[in-house]
Amino acid sequence: MVTTTAATGAGAAGAPDVRPRRRIVARPAAWFVWGAVIFFFLNLLGVVGSVLVSSFGQRWFNSWLPDGYTSKWYGEAWTEFALFQVIKVTLEVSLLVVGLSLLIGVPAAYVLARRNFPGKRTIYLVFLLPILMPPITFGIPLATVLYKFGLAGHLSGVVLANLVPSVPFVILTMTPFIEQIDARIESAARMCGAGLRSVFLHVLAPLLLPGMLASAILVLVRTVGMFELTFLTAGPDSQTLVVALYYSMSAAGIRAQQSVDAMAVMYTAMMVVLLVIALRYVNPTQLVARVKEEPEP
Amino acid sequence: MTAATSTPAAESAGQPARAHWQHRLAERGVDRQLWLLTPALLFVVLLFLYPFFYGLGLSFQPTEGRPFSDYARFFSDAYQRATIWTTLGLSLPAALLNVVASVPIAYRMRGRFRGKRLVTILLVVPITLGTVLTAQGLLNFLGPTGWFNRVLTAVHLTDEPIRLIHNYWGVFFSLIITGFPFAFLLVLSYLSGIDPTLERAAATLGAGWWQRFRVVTLPLLMPGLATTFCLTFVLAFSVFPSAVLVGNPAGETRVISIAAYQAAYEQYDYPYASAIAMIMGLIELVVISVVLFARTRFYTGSTGGKG
Repeated sequence: MVTTTAATGAGAAGAPDVRPRRRIVARPAAWFVWGAVIFFFLNLLGVVGSVLVSSFGQRWFNSWLPDGYTSKWYGEAWTEFALFQVIKVTLEVSLLVVGLSLLIGVPAAYVLARRNFPGKRTIYLVFLLPILMPPITFGIPLATVLYKFGLAGHLSGVVLANLVPSVPFVILTMTPFIEQIDARIESAARMCGAGLRSVFLHVLAPLLLPGMLASAILVLVRTVGMFELTFLTAGPDSQTLVVALYYSMSAAGIRAQQSVDAMAVMYTAMMVVLLVIALRYVNPTQLVARVKEEPEP
Repeated sequence: MTAATSTPAAESAGQPARAHWQHRLAERGVDRQLWLLTPALLFVVLLFLYPFFYGLGLSFQPTEGRPFSDYARFFSDAYQRATIWTTLGLSLPAALLNVVASVPIAYRMRGRFRGKRLVTILLVVPITLGTVLTAQGLLNFLGPTGWFNRVLTAVHLTDEPIRLIHNYWGVFFSLIITGFPFAFLLVLSYLSGIDPTLERAAATLGAGWWQRFRVVTLPLLMPGLATTFCLTFVLAFSVFPSAVLVGNPAGETRVISIAAYQAAYEQYDYPYASAIAMIMGLIELVVISVVLFARTRFYTGSTGGKG
């Protein structure tokens, strides 16, 4: 007993290298680190919270909190910004993008995961490029092309533009998932006389379903939040919620600040719902680490 | 399901008469199954490569002048040229700060502790909310009558509100709010891939925590940090909505994407816009390749751990 307390005391006094680091050395550093994290979260809370409070506020000029509370801004935002139409478009675009990118991406991911063939690395790199490039860089030439073919300005153009980062994303998330499915299961099915079609339908599809669900949700979250590509290709009746929010913000002063805030809250609510659903199926870091395997230069 | 629909096409492609060269190809791994790649390849070619090269070609066909005159126009106009430095001046410090701040925090948090999942979930929130909502929040929060300035005044750190929006700092903060969680989660996953026994071995040999960090952990982490820096930089480099909304899009924060957007959607000069987009891509590639080149100088092999 005595020796342990003495050792701890000595360690605390300044002999950091003899004791386990977690207890003693980290102490001031821990304060600093947790302080930084808490400061970050406080600011984040302030950023989200001020939008939320403002959207319910009657008038809010020069005080800590608004003068009174009301929910009228939501009704106003709903009619003023034609939000029903906007949300309908958002859902249509996202669901189409999710469906199409799975249809295109999963077979490619299957081949990339299972097979080895000449030029595989090149193909992989080409699939990676749209994720590594910032959306604005390829978005402007892409929008130009889509306008040339008369696709931009409509729902189809928005969907096509949003597919560009989504398909590679599906490929990148599905490839490691398929790699961990035992290839011998397929061989066994083939031996038992199943053709390629029934291997896919009866063996692979059930096994792939969880991975497909996860990547579908990730694509959904990213598409609803995708601003740049939708912004560059959307016409007046094909705006998604983020783009409508941007337009109402950049035309500030025309509408009451609070109704813009109300719209922002609706967007946040939509994202939070999606996020809650997503987190049931995927690991939070998957929402971030878009590139599972580092791109080899 | 596409797989099933694309198989008939694959089967019709394989004729038994020409079996021998098919065999030879199959030995090298090329056979009918590769047809499954076609939808994705078609997609990449039509929607990514073709527009890219179309834009590249367009940038050399200016509405007036010689092939390179749009590039010359960009670089000779001081107002346009300045956007490059504005963009780099915003994105490099922001990306650097995000990565550097993530390291000590991730180093502390790499072990298991209660609430780790909650912290990660909270950190994912700003990333999914995106820059537009962050901009809206920052306008309210950092504004002259916002809570941030109120707190500063209340604790007498400042007498009058600090100007934090519609200038450089507003955009910088929005890059931190969306970029830091991103960098942090990446660094955390790289750090937890490093085998902890290596550090314990160093501790046994008498290394202090700073030595352990600097000599053991940091070199193993460096490649991951370089990759994180690249990805964070890409995000920060293409900053557009927040530069318009919280920044001062006509002056201090007129980033290069604003210049490209204005050329395309306000002047309808698509060749010029494509030229700016190409310049933007090129600058970004230069920065990334410098970082990735530096990355090759670090040890990038196995860390002996699960990563």
